[in-house]
Amino acid sequence: MTGTETILGKYDPKVYKNRKDHMVAIDHDGSEKQISANTRAIPGIMTHRGCCYAGCKGVVLGPLKDTLVITHGPIGCGFYSWGTRRNKARGPEGSWTQYCFSTDMQEADIVFGGDKKLKAAIAEAMATFEKKPKSIMICSTCPIGLIGDDIHAVASQIENEYGIPCMAFSCEGYKGVSQSGGHHIANNQLMRRVIGADVSSPAPSRISVNLLGEYNIGGDGWETERILRKCGIEVVSVFTGDGSYENIAKSHTATLNLVQCHRSINYIAEMMKARYGIDWLKVNFIGLGPTADSLRKIARYFGDPSLAERVEQVVAEETAAIADDISHFRSILEGKTAAIYSGGSRSHHYQKLLEELGVKTVMAGYEFAHRDDYEGRKVIPTIKDDADSKNIGSIEVEADKDRYLDFLGDERRAELNAGGVVPEDYAGMMPDMDGGLIVDDLNEAEAETIIRTLRPDMFFSGIKDKYIIEKHGVYSRQIHSYDYSGPYAGYAGAYNFGRDLAMGMTIPAWRLITPKWRTGSVLEGSVSDGGKG
Amino acid sequence: MLDFTPPSSVERVALRINPCKTCQPVGAMYAALGVHGCMPLSHGSQGCASYHRTVLSRHFKEPAIAVSSSFTEGASVFGGGSNIKTGVKNVFDIYKPDIIAVHTTCLSETIGDDVRSFIQEMTVPDGKHVVHANTPSYVGSHVTGYYNMMCGFINYLSASTGQSNGRVAVFPGWMNPGDLRELRSLLESLSLDFVMFPDQSGVMDSPLLGHYDMYPDGGTTIPEIVSLGDCRTALGLGDVISTEPCRALERKCKVPHRVLPYPIGVENTDDFVMEAASLSGIGSIPPCVERERGQLIDIMVDSHQNYAGKTAAVFGDPDTVLGLMSFVLELGMTPIYSVTGTPSEKFEAEAEKLLKKHGAEGCRAKSNADLFELHQWIKRERVDVLIGTTYGKQIAKAEDIPFVRAGFPVLDRYVHSYMPIVGYKGAMRLVEMIANALMEYRDRTCADEDLEIVM
Repeated sequence: MTGTETILGKYDPKVYKNRKDHMVAIDHDGSEKQISANTRAIPGIMTHRGCCYAGCKGVVLGPLKDTLVITHGPIGCGFYSWGTRRNKARGPEGSWTQYCFSTDMQEADIVFGGDKKLKAAIAEAMATFEKKPKSIMICSTCPIGLIGDDIHAVASQIENEYGIPCMAFSCEGYKGVSQSGGHHIANNQLMRRVIGADVSSPAPSRISVNLLGEYNIGGDGWETERILRKCGIEVVSVFTGDGSYENIAKSHTATLNLVQCHRSINYIAEMMKARYGIDWLKVNFIGLGPTADSLRKIARYFGDPSLAERVEQVVAEETAAIADDISHFRSILEGKTAAIYSGGSRSHHYQKLLEELGVKTVMAGYEFAHRDDYEGRKVIPTIKDDADSKNIGSIEVEADKDRYLDFLGDERRAELNAGGVVPEDYAGMMPDMDGGLIVDDLNEAEAETIIRTLRPDMFFSGIKDKYIIEKHGVYSRQIHSYDYSGPYAGYAGAYNFGRDLAMGMTIPAWRLITPKWRTGSVLEGSVSDGGKG
Repeated sequence: MLDFTPPSSVERVALRINPCKTCQPVGAMYAALGVHGCMPLSHGSQGCASYHRTVLSRHFKEPAIAVSSSFTEGASVFGGGSNIKTGVKNVFDIYKPDIIAVHTTCLSETIGDDVRSFIQEMTVPDGKHVVHANTPSYVGSHVTGYYNMMCGFINYLSASTGQSNGRVAVFPGWMNPGDLRELRSLLESLSLDFVMFPDQSGVMDSPLLGHYDMYPDGGTTIPEIVSLGDCRTALGLGDVISTEPCRALERKCKVPHRVLPYPIGVENTDDFVMEAASLSGIGSIPPCVERERGQLIDIMVDSHQNYAGKTAAVFGDPDTVLGLMSFVLELGMTPIYSVTGTPSEKFEAEAEKLLKKHGAEGCRAKSNADLFELHQWIKRERVDVLIGTTYGKQIAKAEDIPFVRAGFPVLDRYVHSYMPIVGYKGAMRLVEMIANALMEYRDRTCADEDLEIVM
């Protein structure tokens, strides 16, 4: 494990002991690899992790376009999560996502309590806007939990007063160890309050799905929906990119759940299975192969021959349309190596697309994944809840007797399992890695060592280390925001991603880093041969 | 865009919509990055450090280093003493800064962590320093956090030996590296011996050389901060942002001070130049400075037909907005709306004075306001140009108004942080940006037969 030892070399024994368990070298020697994940970051380590609020408001709830999300706390958290995550949304009448609402708590509110201010703030919103949101969601920040504001009581008062569903999320930043706790809190409350809330909606077609864990960054969700619809698959709701309270309220009517980002949304997938019997399939719409595989898996799930046929037509047509471009990009990128560090799912998703472009992944890691995202769901029963996870809490969901439906039935389920289509399963990132290094909660110091020792040709990460990577002369692309490009999902996405990498790797600036006078002596030059460089 | 915003306002006292400010800690972080070899440490949840580093990196397109004491729920109940002590040890071990600048957050402030005591109980390696500032997010704004962190450095480090070093302490306020370089160059032209504190140039505009220095050349050094106490006087720029650090230095080291507005526009820069010249005793203003000023006036006369008589809305941080208002007035425009999100009576009083001085009527200047309110005003009475931070682009798009980016944060453009808006050079750049915005708008919206090849 020389790779990991080099990285760990600079640590004192205490930090070493903690960090060594967060790194695994993949060597396929047959032994089961275990990684430590979803544990506390070490104080003072330059982690890239955010907080519970960022996971709840920033990731899961922020994209809901028909919902007024109000941040209850001092101004900063609302400000930072305003329009900064590229969860594109469009509606015929506009979108609440363009706005930032905050109670902008002041010192007196901290001392005397902020419940009244929260209630007044929502009342002011109701008086200000003629257009009414479909729901109101309250997200609290750190001080709120400490001063004991009862935001849940305020939510029910608001709901009674205005007749608009209003729910509160106690997602104080200090809860849990990363954004992950916030995803879970958001999942729980969406399950309790939104999913299934629309009891009157007509049943969609039999071949219908919800797209879970797709936040429409750069339009990924739109491209995915385009492909699904082209195949004849109805999309009932998306959690939560370009999503809405209205659609999520009827998500229980879909036949199947598709899970793109397992980390942020698997709780809802599991709970919908328990309550409504809706199966979920892990899909991946990043890359040509994974997109085709996902579509075929869906077709086999539905067992509908005409769907299977349409899927093959779509795959053939879409693949052919970009085949020349992809091989052109591949000719530029062939043989390059990549490091990829993302939140909780992209580091796995992008490896196949990179491979299709001729790029090998030498390091992959997650900011806030759990062990199952690395090792597969088979390890879930062995993960012991620590104090931090217990503080987030899970909710118990019972079967809804009137609406529970086992679409597959035992016989077809067994048949599908035997054919390799296994609902409710995700094998994680490890089995798909051919060598390389996995690092959980990678920090700045470790990233620098990786850049120096593994010398990847490109490093996919976020804004906080993008510019550090580039100072090293290594190409960096933000894999959270796509550097304001995209979509990167589906067929359009594969093209865009390939185009962006081919462009980024070949811009003239890279060969201009070292000035001529560094390679040849200034003094040796003369006027007559100055042009030779 | 912003389709739900109605023109008519309902009075709001509890609800902030589309803020024009953010919280103290990011200001503290940016101030600390203007100190050489400094690692900012955010004492609270790690989300704070993450958000603040993110917004700084997005504005400067540069690394913005900082760490967190990574509170958990336990720390929030039992106090963050153990977290900060572990954090400081790890930072010195791993990142080897000369100094750690701790700032608090709403979390550590609400639970009442006594950071001063924690620092006293720490083992700090020889020759290294740990300083702190209290920056509760529920008081003031990022501007408040900026000057609180400056006061933190001064209170911990600056010392008077009783012997003047003959220098002038220059507190530039919250500026981009491009502004700081422009100020430095003006002061050097005026032969002033000065210490600039803080100074993010070099740190937040570092070159790409193929290797990364966590602490690049740049930033005020620790000996320079210590020496502030022996400066003969302090020159603060920006009434709102620099008065407190000036007072802190005066309280601690008896250094007298003078505070001027940001040198944005002609007269503000004139005042800055004259003050610096009088402090340096140079006697007369050097020809290169006077030439640059004359060039600016030349440009203002040449191009005035494109903006004079137009109306503007200006928003952002108090001192920046006051500077921009002043220059907009000098350009013959009327800043009918001036808005800052930072609560500041001083801002409103100074804005009134400015408007009166220029005889501008029917203008509103408001502090502790937000961009939603500004948008509603604009819906009721439109302006010709909007000047402010990136978030103004929503209003500009919704109302189809030419838009000029200035201030913090500018998240959606490149190079801006390398270029000044202060000094005569900065004013030239502002003229170019304002005129171009209006002229491009005219080109884009006019009839074909009205498209001018020469303007």
